[in-house]
Amino acid sequence: MAVLLRGRRALVLVSAVGLALVGAAGCSSGTSSNANKDSAECAAFKQYQGHDGTTVSIYATIRDTEADLLEQAWKKFSDCTGIKIAYEGSGEMEAQIQVRVDGGNAPDLAFFPQPGLMNRFVKSGKLKPAPEKVKAEAAKNWSKDWIGYGSSGGKFYGAPLGSNVKSFVWYSPKTFKEKGYKIPTTWDELIGLSNQIAASGTKPWCAGIESGEATGWPATDWIEDIMLRDQGPDVYDQWVNHQIPFNDPKVASAVDRAGSILKNEKFVNASFGGVKSIATTSFQEGGLPILQGKCTLHRQASFYAAQWPKGTKVAEDGDVYAFYFPAVDASKGKPVLVAGEFVGAFADRPEVQAVQEYLASADFANSRAKLGSWVSANKGLDVNNVQNPIDKLSVQILNDPSTVARFDGSDQMPAAVGAGSFWKGMTDWINGTDTKTALDKIEASWPK
Amino acid sequence: MTATAGAGAIIAPEPLQAQPDSAVKRVRRKLNSRTASIVSILIAILWTIPTFGLFISSFRPENDIKTTGWWTFFSNPQLTLDNYNEVLFGTSSSSGQLASYFVNSLVITIPSVLFPIAFAAFASYALAWMRFRGRDWLYILIFALQIVPLQMALVPLLKLISTGVSIGGLTLLPAWAPQGVDRFMAVWLAHTCFALPFAIFLLHNAMSSLPGDLMEAARVDGATHAMIFRNIVLPLITPAIAALAIFQFLWVWNDLLVALIFAGGNAESAPMTVRLAQLAGTRGNEWQRLTSGAFVSMIIPLIVFLSLQRYFVRGLLTGSVKG
Repeated sequence: MAVLLRGRRALVLVSAVGLALVGAAGCSSGTSSNANKDSAECAAFKQYQGHDGTTVSIYATIRDTEADLLEQAWKKFSDCTGIKIAYEGSGEMEAQIQVRVDGGNAPDLAFFPQPGLMNRFVKSGKLKPAPEKVKAEAAKNWSKDWIGYGSSGGKFYGAPLGSNVKSFVWYSPKTFKEKGYKIPTTWDELIGLSNQIAASGTKPWCAGIESGEATGWPATDWIEDIMLRDQGPDVYDQWVNHQIPFNDPKVASAVDRAGSILKNEKFVNASFGGVKSIATTSFQEGGLPILQGKCTLHRQASFYAAQWPKGTKVAEDGDVYAFYFPAVDASKGKPVLVAGEFVGAFADRPEVQAVQEYLASADFANSRAKLGSWVSANKGLDVNNVQNPIDKLSVQILNDPSTVARFDGSDQMPAAVGAGSFWKGMTDWINGTDTKTALDKIEASWPK
Repeated sequence: MTATAGAGAIIAPEPLQAQPDSAVKRVRRKLNSRTASIVSILIAILWTIPTFGLFISSFRPENDIKTTGWWTFFSNPQLTLDNYNEVLFGTSSSSGQLASYFVNSLVITIPSVLFPIAFAAFASYALAWMRFRGRDWLYILIFALQIVPLQMALVPLLKLISTGVSIGGLTLLPAWAPQGVDRFMAVWLAHTCFALPFAIFLLHNAMSSLPGDLMEAARVDGATHAMIFRNIVLPLITPAIAALAIFQFLWVWNDLLVALIFAGGNAESAPMTVRLAQLAGTRGNEWQRLTSGAFVSMIIPLIVFLSLQRYFVRGLLTGSVKG
């Protein structure tokens, strides 16, 4: 009996501790904003006021440091309007959002990194069309292309938020200076430089496409980038919308051009091994050999800047920097592959719409850009507010009138292809499958 | 549970004495040899190497982790506590601060272990020792529920909690949609539901193997069901309860899926597993933190396992051996 008593006492103790903890957590969660809502500081937020004491929940893939900066960027808005923004970032967002929406527990707003994913909720009728005010704000701040990516079936749903430029080749300014390399401005110069480096006995390019469940996506970026250069934006659009088949000779030509670098044993895979090592090298590590001078060129988006270890100077005169992935035919403009997030709404309460409108505004883009590591195609974004050199370069490219921007194709294709067979097909292709077989397989997987 | 039937045979000595060279005995002798010991030690070392490598990595500087393998540590030993510092006491609102998520994990895990054990103990007693019609069918039904994969029930359960139930305009269950710390209750409920079929199965087998004479004697002395349950059955099935507690504890502590859906990802209610999944950053650029994060999250399960270990081994036999 003594044993039992002791057991029971322990049980009571444990439950008491548990309850105390819950209580403590409950007490600490109450926050109060004490900003004076009529002060001069808050004048800019006058139009969003009138929703004091409400909460808007946001669900997105952005997490950790970048999430902190986001929350910091809208803090003033939150203080001045009294709208509490409950932000939640998760790496599982793309899968979990479906579960939450099906379970009747959808967030008020979601930042969709892929228009294809957003369209799925438009089709199931769960997503609310953007209200007039948001539509007007977005039309003022974003180019037609971007508005198009946020629309579905002629209706505008999601205003764009952040953007990133994918057409970059990372290099080390130091190595370039030492060896006397020049930054290539045309495709031929790029291949010429690669040959020059290869002739000196080292492989010029490094790449890595391993990324857990999403293995293969960096290779699809390669193909999209070169598709834009090899075939031009019109064919690119036809390809993305499946107006030409995936195994069209035009696509094969672009893939083969990518293969002239990615499947060339003389060019890859610097410091990792042969061509096949691309498939087993993680995307995060793919470009790191540049720092040790073991690799010279690495094609990856502007967001690769976050992968360099702390203390690395990312600038034109620093340890690493990136140049624009040159066009094949410069006379046809400057093709740029871009990506970004879109703000979709599952609720149409007035406070949700206020937040939506604020996120689409130039005010927010500038407020966020001032905090660093942020790029947006928002036309109201002042380049002087953008902090890092690489982000500045991205904004300049986005705002360049000769730029022909196209959104990441795999993010627009149906998920079965864009987040499935395209990734797998390209991984097989790196592992030795020939172009035709790989493309035929992807074409066969396109949903009818 | 079938594997342990063999172990039961080893314990029962009579048939073995009759034929000394039985297969069981031969296997037993072979397993006691020196070669077998060496092989098992080798296997143990082989199994531990990845964990050991992770442990070494957690003390290496970020740049080293990202560019070289952990074994280079031996030729170039460089130690730092940066990873632990960042994970435990990171200053930004969403990086580090594992400490507060640690508390969330405890708040989620403790009731999620106690509730199913309590409910299952009552239910198994009723199913094992109370006579009522349809008792066996009820037990088979509960047993069969183990087949339903948890993943299948997630969306319906979430819907039940956030929108309630109403049939033809008649509200049977109002919408609850818990917010903030109330979400803990939703997680407790989910974990309790998912644990019950197995818990009832395990405890029922332990209880039904108790000798019926004990209950009869108690009833003759005038004991009620409540008294028999408390004074006779509970003390006798302690090993089974401890084993169940370990199973359930490890499962809930390591769970990510249920927590992601029912607890959300806010610092208010998310457990450590959710935080660990976010630690690496939006594009996995801070994955060196995962090395130390893994070891921090391992501490509690290790303590629980080591302190309840003797019950664990004893409890493995529950439900398989009668008597």
